[in-house]
Amino acid sequence: MKNKARFLAYPYIVWMVIFIVVPLLLVLFYSLTEGNINNPSSLSFSLKNYKRVFDVMYLNVIWKSFKLAIISTLFCLFLGYPVALIISTIKARYKNIVLLFFLVPIWMNFLLRTYAWMSILSPNGFLNRVLALIGLPPLNIMPGQTAVVLGMIYNFLPFMVLPIYTVLSKIDKNVLEAAMDLGANKFVTFLKVILPLSVPGIVSGITMVFMPAVSTFVISQLLGGGKELLIGNLIEQQFTVQRDWHFGSALSIILMFMILISMAIMSKVEKEDDNGGAPRW
Amino acid sequence: MSKKIIELVNVTKRYNGVTAVNNINLYIRENEFITLLGPSGCGKTTTLRMIGGFEDPDEGDILFDGVRINDVPPYKRNINTVFQRYALFTHMNVYENIAFGLRIKKVPKDEIDRRIKRMLKLVDLEGFENRHVDSLSGGQQQRVAIARALVNEPKVLLLDEPLGALDLKLRKEMQIELMDMQKNVGITFIYVTHDQEEALTMSDTVVVMNNGVIQQVGTPVDIYNEPVNRFVADFIGESNIIEGVMIEDYVVEFSGRKFKCLDKGFGHNEPVDVVIRPEDIDITEPEKGLIQGVVTSVVFKGVHYEMMVEGGGFEYMIQSTDMAPVGANVGLTFNPEDIHVMKRGS
Amino acid sequence: MVKFLRRFYLTLIFIFLYAPILVLIVYSFNESKSRGYWGGFTLKWYVELFRDRDIIKALYYTFLIALLSSIISTFIGTFSAIGLHNMGLVPKKIALNINYLPVLNPDIVTGIALMTLFVSVNMRLGFLTMLISHTVFNIPYVILSVLPKLKQMDKNMTEAALDLGATPSYALRKVIIPQIMPGVITGFLIAFTLSIDDFVISFFTTGSGVTNLSILVYSMAKRGVKPSINALTTLMLLTVVILLLLINKRTTKGDELIP
Repeated sequence: MKNKARFLAYPYIVWMVIFIVVPLLLVLFYSLTEGNINNPSSLSFSLKNYKRVFDVMYLNVIWKSFKLAIISTLFCLFLGYPVALIISTIKARYKNIVLLFFLVPIWMNFLLRTYAWMSILSPNGFLNRVLALIGLPPLNIMPGQTAVVLGMIYNFLPFMVLPIYTVLSKIDKNVLEAAMDLGANKFVTFLKVILPLSVPGIVSGITMVFMPAVSTFVISQLLGGGKELLIGNLIEQQFTVQRDWHFGSALSIILMFMILISMAIMSKVEKEDDNGGAPRW
Repeated sequence: MSKKIIELVNVTKRYNGVTAVNNINLYIRENEFITLLGPSGCGKTTTLRMIGGFEDPDEGDILFDGVRINDVPPYKRNINTVFQRYALFTHMNVYENIAFGLRIKKVPKDEIDRRIKRMLKLVDLEGFENRHVDSLSGGQQQRVAIARALVNEPKVLLLDEPLGALDLKLRKEMQIELMDMQKNVGITFIYVTHDQEEALTMSDTVVVMNNGVIQQVGTPVDIYNEPVNRFVADFIGESNIIEGVMIEDYVVEFSGRKFKCLDKGFGHNEPVDVVIRPEDIDITEPEKGLIQGVVTSVVFKGVHYEMMVEGGGFEYMIQSTDMAPVGANVGLTFNPEDIHVMKRGS
Repeated sequence: MVKFLRRFYLTLIFIFLYAPILVLIVYSFNESKSRGYWGGFTLKWYVELFRDRDIIKALYYTFLIALLSSIISTFIGTFSAIGLHNMGLVPKKIALNINYLPVLNPDIVTGIALMTLFVSVNMRLGFLTMLISHTVFNIPYVILSVLPKLKQMDKNMTEAALDLGATPSYALRKVIIPQIMPGVITGFLIAFTLSIDDFVISFFTTGSGVTNLSILVYSMAKRGVKPSINALTTLMLLTVVILLLLINKRTTKGDELIP
């Protein structure tokens, strides 16, 4: 009996070519050309766009994006791992409610959350008001890098906690009991058993935080006041204000490859660790 | 002589360069209980699936009632299957599972009700209509699977190791039930198993397979008493297989002496394999035995003792209610009709 | 002692997570527009919320696009997953890798790429382009949800259906789809959530007056915010909490909470 079910996928394959492959190829094409995009015949092959990226000014932007993203990811990791650990040890009855309320912020609109943070950190926002009440000088956090990092941590913390929690909650209790049976106290059990077993979750979490963090432009725009340019902002500008689609495309391609390479590295780390793992969701 | 309902002619099936079924020829008679028997990987399940229509033969023809059905999809064959792990529709209850095939055929509702009631009675699950499949035990699920297949009144029922997942006692009960069912319903059963005892108990005809090739086809008694080669002799029951020489008709030599036997038709002084079943050998005093030996091990098995005796250049296995302790000198006796001679082979 | 530390830390984190939202909620009742001081309790911002054309329009488009794109993507995604599941090893791998590109790529790259496509074929940016774009990034998540369920399904079940006389399409309708339904529903919910929340991709692929909530808040945040947004935040929080509580009640088996 021939399996004809595979034909069901063919329409989608056409769709994918049109809406996934072709657009990316177009971006690649624009990145490798220069000239007026409205006049196709004026386009000529050029590596100029990529060369521009190596200008110190732009390298700084790329570096800053990575720096802030790494800082945020690390903060999320060190703040979030204990959260995941604590939630996984809560009694079953309360666990669901706690998880539920932990999830509520994610379900709220991402922009509203960033905006909320703005109203706390802005020069005459809530934080400074409170400080003024106590008699302390106002903090000039926003706009600035610190505000951006805070915004990133705020938005992405749950995405670090969830994968780690998922992995932790699947650890067989018997394994922990075996460790203690063999003489390990709680600290040693954590270090030698729980932590290594939770690595897939950590890798997931890092991926789910780093990727949006390095490519964001909203957080840096709103909390950085347009002065803290990250790759995302740079790209956005090329397409909206500057109208230099060629340069913007080159930047996009570079961003895309940076992300894909980081993810390839991450999945190598994960594979060496074992576990033909279940999907991260 | 009932007619041939299914015929396999020169059927071959390959997977990834491995030949799973190698040029087999087989016919199946109407209303018989026939079992394909063999170890894992021998091709029995593949053969069954080709009959059911889930695999296509690479070469050869499958005939149903004389008509070639190679290109007929499973849903158009008048054959139904009971799968190894039941494959019940877990999103439906018992009634809906059994009704599935009938609904497709647009059988009217009261007829469906009637047939299902009758089927549930046959498989001893009366009153189970609304039960959810997940809430049933393995044995009950098995019976629903059988009911679901039989209710469509196929001409042939295929059963792919259906009792494998049941515990021993339940398995033995179901074996009897299936045999009765087959007689009651009066259709052809094609059964697949690796359990030779099961095959011998239930079948009218046994087809022994190995490495994609049919080794022997016969009644359980024939297969047991007259295996045609070493593989069959070894696979079916316990056996002692001794290398010997056929001196002439009715005379065979092994373990250092000549024996009278009932086999003939071999060449003079032809090398042969000799089969003697452990339960056919008796223990007696050394002087009274045909072969002398020493007992090397004794195991109590409940129904009998299983003893290994070294003698005549061979380690014989004996199953007997008599016992001799380890180290004892004993004599082995058996009758000419217990000696079975086969062509020497692998 | 350890227990206290644990609870303390967790509470701190929760304060961190909810503080900004709670501040907004407080402000939503504040008579004074200024974030500076308290001018008195009022519900006027809620009233203004419902009268604000821009906000209502944005909400309308947000939900419309989310609903349409999740329905379309669930449909296409489910059938495509079944097709992919039955494909040969190599073509399947290639197709799946391409399929997951919108998931792996940062939003901005996907958004830019789609915008480039639309502009290159001289398609006007607006409702249709936004809908298409949402569908593009929704379908992979549906496939991601449905494919594991297909793998889990007993292969014999489909064969049993065929054996009993079902044509392949009958078996699809009556056996396969019911079996994978949990994955289909999850996929739909994920798609819906992602759509409601999307900003970047919508930003680049919409035009001619079609905005969604995220874009609206973004432009307001840059220019100067209307206090009715605070009211919106409060209502949103309420809705989300109620929804999640309802979902939690239904899944008494508990741990499908994580999307």
